[in-house]
Amino acid sequence: MSSTPKIVNRREFLKASSGVALFIGVTGIMPQLISCKDTEGIKKQLQNYQLSAWVQISGNGEITIYNPAAEMGQGSMTSLPLIFAEEMDADWSKVKVAFSPQEVEIYGSEGWAPGSKLMFTVGSRSTKSFFPVMRKAGAQARYILMHNAAKYWDVPISELSSRKSFVLHQATNRKISYGDLAPILSMPKTLPNFTLEKLKQPRDFQLIGKTIPRTEIPSKVNGTAQFAIDIKLPNMVYGVLERGNLHAARPTLTNEKDIMAMDGIIKIVPFDYAIGVIAKTLEQALEAKKHLQITWSHSPAIGYNSQEIYPSYENIAGQKKSGKVIHQIGQVTTAKKLASKIYTADFKNDYVYHAQMEPLNAVVQISEDLKNAEVWVGSQQGVDPKLGVPQLLGIPHENVKINLQYLGGGFGRRSMNDFVVEATLLAKEVAPLPVKLIWTREDDLGYGMFRPLSLQRMAASIDKSGNLTSLSHYVVGDGGNLVASGAKNDHYDIPNQLVEWREVSHGIRVKHWRAVGHGPNKFAIECILDEIALGQGMDPIDIRRKLMMKSPKALATLEKAAEMAKWKEPAKEGRAKGVAFVEHGSLGTGICEISVDQNTGKIKVHNFWIALDAGIIVQPDNVKAQMEGGIIMGMSSVLYEQITIVNGRVQQSNFHDYQLLRMQDIPEHIETHLIASADTPEGVGETATPMVAGAIANAFLRLTGKPLRHLPFTPERVLEALNG
Amino acid sequence: MAKYTLEINNTRHDIEVGSGTSLLWVLREHLGLTGTKYGCGIAQCGACTIHIDNKPMKACVLQVDDFADGQKIKTIEGLSSKGDHPLQRAWIETQAPQCGYCQSGQIMQAAALLEENSNPSREEIKSYMNGILCRCGTYLRIIKAIELATDGKVEQG
Repeated sequence: MSSTPKIVNRREFLKASSGVALFIGVTGIMPQLISCKDTEGIKKQLQNYQLSAWVQISGNGEITIYNPAAEMGQGSMTSLPLIFAEEMDADWSKVKVAFSPQEVEIYGSEGWAPGSKLMFTVGSRSTKSFFPVMRKAGAQARYILMHNAAKYWDVPISELSSRKSFVLHQATNRKISYGDLAPILSMPKTLPNFTLEKLKQPRDFQLIGKTIPRTEIPSKVNGTAQFAIDIKLPNMVYGVLERGNLHAARPTLTNEKDIMAMDGIIKIVPFDYAIGVIAKTLEQALEAKKHLQITWSHSPAIGYNSQEIYPSYENIAGQKKSGKVIHQIGQVTTAKKLASKIYTADFKNDYVYHAQMEPLNAVVQISEDLKNAEVWVGSQQGVDPKLGVPQLLGIPHENVKINLQYLGGGFGRRSMNDFVVEATLLAKEVAPLPVKLIWTREDDLGYGMFRPLSLQRMAASIDKSGNLTSLSHYVVGDGGNLVASGAKNDHYDIPNQLVEWREVSHGIRVKHWRAVGHGPNKFAIECILDEIALGQGMDPIDIRRKLMMKSPKALATLEKAAEMAKWKEPAKEGRAKGVAFVEHGSLGTGICEISVDQNTGKIKVHNFWIALDAGIIVQPDNVKAQMEGGIIMGMSSVLYEQITIVNGRVQQSNFHDYQLLRMQDIPEHIETHLIASADTPEGVGETATPMVAGAIANAFLRLTGKPLRHLPFTPERVLEALNG
Repeated sequence: MAKYTLEINNTRHDIEVGSGTSLLWVLREHLGLTGTKYGCGIAQCGACTIHIDNKPMKACVLQVDDFADGQKIKTIEGLSSKGDHPLQRAWIETQAPQCGYCQSGQIMQAAALLEENSNPSREEIKSYMNGILCRCGTYLRIIKAIELATDGKVEQG
């Protein structure tokens, strides 16, 4: 493997003593060049942010490229700067990467809505949305270098080429390095508009699609990778909150005096839903938290018992009154009237918790006059690039500085910045002291924001010739798109489709959880297909092949996965294979092989094969890592994870009673094939996870003839299915 | 408040903290050895795994009082001088980490395994490593890295 670029922080970036910082806007603003010796000039430029600094070139050839996205393990700290370096023709071994400032006008992308600008690491969209942004900015950087080399040699720019941080003039066999050009760089009067056609062709890629190590991994094996929880500032104090496990209940503290008398306690800060304590040390804050005597008010969740709610969901699914139509083509009712057979089934899923390994935390420092704030946080960013802090303090956006740190897992939880708000409110109380807010694991779980519990009522009609003529899919659950995403079928040619969301609410906090509604909805769709296949005497691959005839890219993933899994070969004794297809930006088919312990009800997953079409693959090994991790997280949620609510209270509190999949239960192999493509990159972070439930349940159906229709597939539920 | 002297990574550290303070907070918040992570506080996730006299232990449930008597404490920062322990090199070679938060604990647990058993089977690896959670699901690459380090096949750093 080639050498790995280093990570630099912003301070080092500014400290650079030689070379030129190249400020390149991506929205048609003219780039500017500033000597790196002019540190005041650089600071000024970075402060007013009229132009962006995507890249810095120093005299020794070192190149620093900014990453505008959060790094939570998905690899953006490598893939996005790499795309820029590709178009710039930078020598990757001399590239350093750094987080860009949280300045959305400069570093935002339109990937979410045309005309908008966002820095928001959600929905597996970073690579897709920043691909054109980074390419264009990189091409501009290259053009400026070429322009200056042309001037230097007094030759037409059209005679020049570039490779690995050198500009080449083939006619005279001359070359000059980017580093040597740095001291003599000047801005061209105009910059070409780099449309897609003027960028590199995929066949010319030197970095994209190659096996290149991730930039931040060395720091993640020697303990130096910095997460927000690791920040320590002079005079820093610690904050904790007791939030209880009854969401939205209001607290009344009854022993304030005793708490204030404890060692190191600085302040008690009441919130609507919690009691906050600020102390000199973390252990003092935690000790006080343990001793808080709080009476909790009524909450809308009181009386709610999650495991008893399903019959009411079934009633809602059966009501004549329509819910919100999410997707509709054709006429499902007509198709059903003409059907020769109708298959129906309900699928259910309990709540699941994000369980990112780094509990939520943030460090905030507010100036004494409350006019400026600085935040250190691992965040998936947000619609507000300053994470809500300016509004909270009533100060201008430019008075808030966000220092993005690595995220110890995100999975959607860190796209909500409630913990930044809390840390800011605590810091305001003790300004100008910096406050480190830490959620304990119990806080993180008990006051978590879960993937909603939901029910999917599926009904499919088959005509006389055995064609699937309609599919209706009613989702009952809380949270709108949180439960409805992924219910629509774009790659199965089913002429009549109806997706409805029927709303319920229980006062439980809910949030995007990796792949969001795709998890439960793909489970329901993929399983009803296999139940139909079983009923019609069809092979599960064959029924999908027929449905995918108009979607060749989806079909290619199906055929490849079937080939990898040797689908047609008879299964080993006691084992069976199951298939599931998922679209989540990228298209993927997953096939697993399982066995079941008939005595204990434990499902063992032996193998997983995935064929993925994600367009142009920027980082192939990293995409495979996302598939592996996505499958493991999917297995964890499908086989073990379960949040239950009794009388409104979350019943689990930590990893002893919220079980995650551990090493002993992983498959022997997870094999991923990446289908070659020259199409725009598509997201890969959330394609594997929602395959798992369908693939396992479908394998179980083939193995035992029994359906599994309620997530998670705990041993008790498996035994119930076997004996049912 | 009480005074303690700890021997961490072959260096003596004098600290003053309350009796009963978790060794994890001492390492992280008082001494700035933040490579050891907080994940659960009840010895269930293993993100805080360190070595005490060469045995892997979960720092979050240890009290500082019990480890100030000359016990040799080793954290990820002290595993190798340049981050080039065979396991660390193997971890890079296999590109094992994703978010990276649990990886110090994983590597410290694996280092203890190789001290005890220089050639573990896959089942032995799984059994020994089972206490360390990884939410990103990097387990397969962790196994690959341990096997690589065991085989001595890892690239020289």
